[in-house]
Amino acid sequence: MSAVDWTPAWLWLAVIASGLYHGINPGMGWPLAVSAGLMQRSSRALVAALGPLAIGHLLAMLLVILPFALLVALVEWQRAIRIGASLLVISFGIYRLVDRRHPRALARIRPTQLAFWSFAVAIAHGAALMLVPIYLGLCRGAEADKGHEAAGALIDANLTMAVLVSVVHAGAMVAAGGCLAWLVYRYLGLKFLSRSWFNLDAIWAASLVLVGAVALALGLAG
Amino acid sequence: MTMRPDPTFHASPKLAMEAPAENFAYTVLLSPDFSKPDALAVIDVKPGSPTYSKIVHTVTMPNKGDEFHHFGWNACSSALSPLAGHAFIERRYLIIPGMRSSRIYVVDTKPDPTQAKIHKIIEPEEVFKKTGYSRPHTIHCGPEGIYISTLGGGGKDGTDGPPGIFIMDCETFEVLGRWEIDRGPQTKHYDFWWNLPRDYMVSSEWALPPQFENGIVPEDLLSNKYGHRLHFWDLRARRNVQTIDLGANHQMALEVRPAHDPVREYGFVGVVVDTTNLEGSIWTWWREGGKFHIEKTATIPPEPAPKDQLPPLLQGFGAVPPLVTDIDLSMDDKFLYVACWGTGEMRQYDVSDPRKLKLAGSVRIGGIANRAPHPNGQVFAGGPQMVEISRDGKRVYWTNSLYSTWDDQFYPQGVPGAGVMAQASPGGGLELAKDYWVSFPDGYRAHQIRLDGGDCSTDSFCYPSA
Repeated sequence: MSAVDWTPAWLWLAVIASGLYHGINPGMGWPLAVSAGLMQRSSRALVAALGPLAIGHLLAMLLVILPFALLVALVEWQRAIRIGASLLVISFGIYRLVDRRHPRALARIRPTQLAFWSFAVAIAHGAALMLVPIYLGLCRGAEADKGHEAAGALIDANLTMAVLVSVVHAGAMVAAGGCLAWLVYRYLGLKFLSRSWFNLDAIWAASLVLVGAVALALGLAG
Repeated sequence: MTMRPDPTFHASPKLAMEAPAENFAYTVLLSPDFSKPDALAVIDVKPGSPTYSKIVHTVTMPNKGDEFHHFGWNACSSALSPLAGHAFIERRYLIIPGMRSSRIYVVDTKPDPTQAKIHKIIEPEEVFKKTGYSRPHTIHCGPEGIYISTLGGGGKDGTDGPPGIFIMDCETFEVLGRWEIDRGPQTKHYDFWWNLPRDYMVSSEWALPPQFENGIVPEDLLSNKYGHRLHFWDLRARRNVQTIDLGANHQMALEVRPAHDPVREYGFVGVVVDTTNLEGSIWTWWREGGKFHIEKTATIPPEPAPKDQLPPLLQGFGAVPPLVTDIDLSMDDKFLYVACWGTGEMRQYDVSDPRKLKLAGSVRIGGIANRAPHPNGQVFAGGPQMVEISRDGKRVYWTNSLYSTWDDQFYPQGVPGAGVMAQASPGGGLELAKDYWVSFPDGYRAHQIRLDGGDCSTDSFCYPSA
């Protein structure tokens, strides 16, 4: 197998890895599932809270990726779009590095609006943006297989890919977050929460820059 | 910005109780005649230390006439809120409002409490301009930053518009603006607290500035013009959703103490005096079926006293009212401490069943007619007032002054600052510690106490203990 054949596998791995990464980050919501379980004294409540958290995250992914799904159908502009998207991700990462303050508006969301909270957090922290370069890479791989098709078919393919990427990512996210929530709820206890909580802000921002930079390098090389 | 949550942040009340005991207590000092600048005293409360129960450091302010009263931390266990998603602030700064000047001091307690120093001063004009409120009072750390309740509205005497709550950034200490969107019938303010996961706030009423700044106004009290209502708020929507009137004779509903464990949807409030019979009372409020309810769950009777032992204000009554001016709930929500500032008694109620209060312990010290001395022989002027409980519930600290001008009316012989501590038995019962006595510098009175690492009237929790 050549290196080109391996690229989609690596990209899918990146989709899953970023999902796991988002899932274990307390900022993306697993402590809310622990709280729900403890407040209602029921493990069912914990599991039930994971649903809206996953849906919110999924919707955030779709909202950010779908416009790109339509854009990349403009085949002639592919390269510019890829480079533009990479720069966007890098700039957002740099912005998060410089301005570490959390958007105060997030604090206005009610404890009961879990899906909305998860959606808003994923948008505000650039979680969805992190996926865009990976997604664009996957679209490109798929195109290479099909050759140049009609724009309509291309959009269809891109939309399918967008949904697939978002679902796989959100699935990995909720699996990782759910496992951690369950472990804390059932075995580790609340002490784990404050002990294990690291400030990921800088690493998070750096991940955005890294993903953007890799995509930019590949975009320029291709 | 830190890499880990502050070690004094605890997810649940149970974890806070298991944390190491306090080493330092902070108390505000006020100059009742405004001849000296107010100050913050740092007291050594580590048993066995050579400076135990002594002031080991004082931060003196650069202004006079601030009148310190209540104060609080810039951050507490509420920073571990699963919604905030960002626990990386430090419990480091004490926010100390001047209740008379409307000036706010931010004192940095790091690297060590004995080196505490002023970090920032927010001048009154900034508070007036950005909030339209005056006379800042109670501090709590909440969803959008530091919440500060005020006792006055705009204008010179603070009656131009109702008082309310404003928000301050917990890192930059910038005054951000008013909290309320819809205050409903609320026109007076005193204390407030909340249940964070259940998303509601409860606030109480004392009086408007002309009713307290120059002393208690007997005519207003006897015509039931002080506060007597409780307001319940939708915390995130910033709306008053329900107001309950305790009855006009229940004058001055002050401290609001919700259960620390957020699964428990109840709390307590103390009423200073019933104008029909001079009783003090404790009320239990709870939420059921989406509505708030309240009932009187304990009363404390006045104690008859000869006229010559009474200040002019009380001579007509021939009795001392208990004057319930502070209450505090232990971290496990089991014991409620009730300061009877008039009769000179600290009561301990077992509130395991929140609507059936049982008197579990009591200590007599000070008092208008009673004048009980401390077991070490010292005279305790005034009566038990601001009370603070250690996180583990074993030590109960209190001071003796209520408020400059009111002290003079109820205790005309003066209220030199004093701080004492009582040991609480796990099953109930209270006993003054003979070896704990804080004397404050001459000319100063002492008010609220805060413990390093948090205490029972500071920290709010987002996860239950069970």
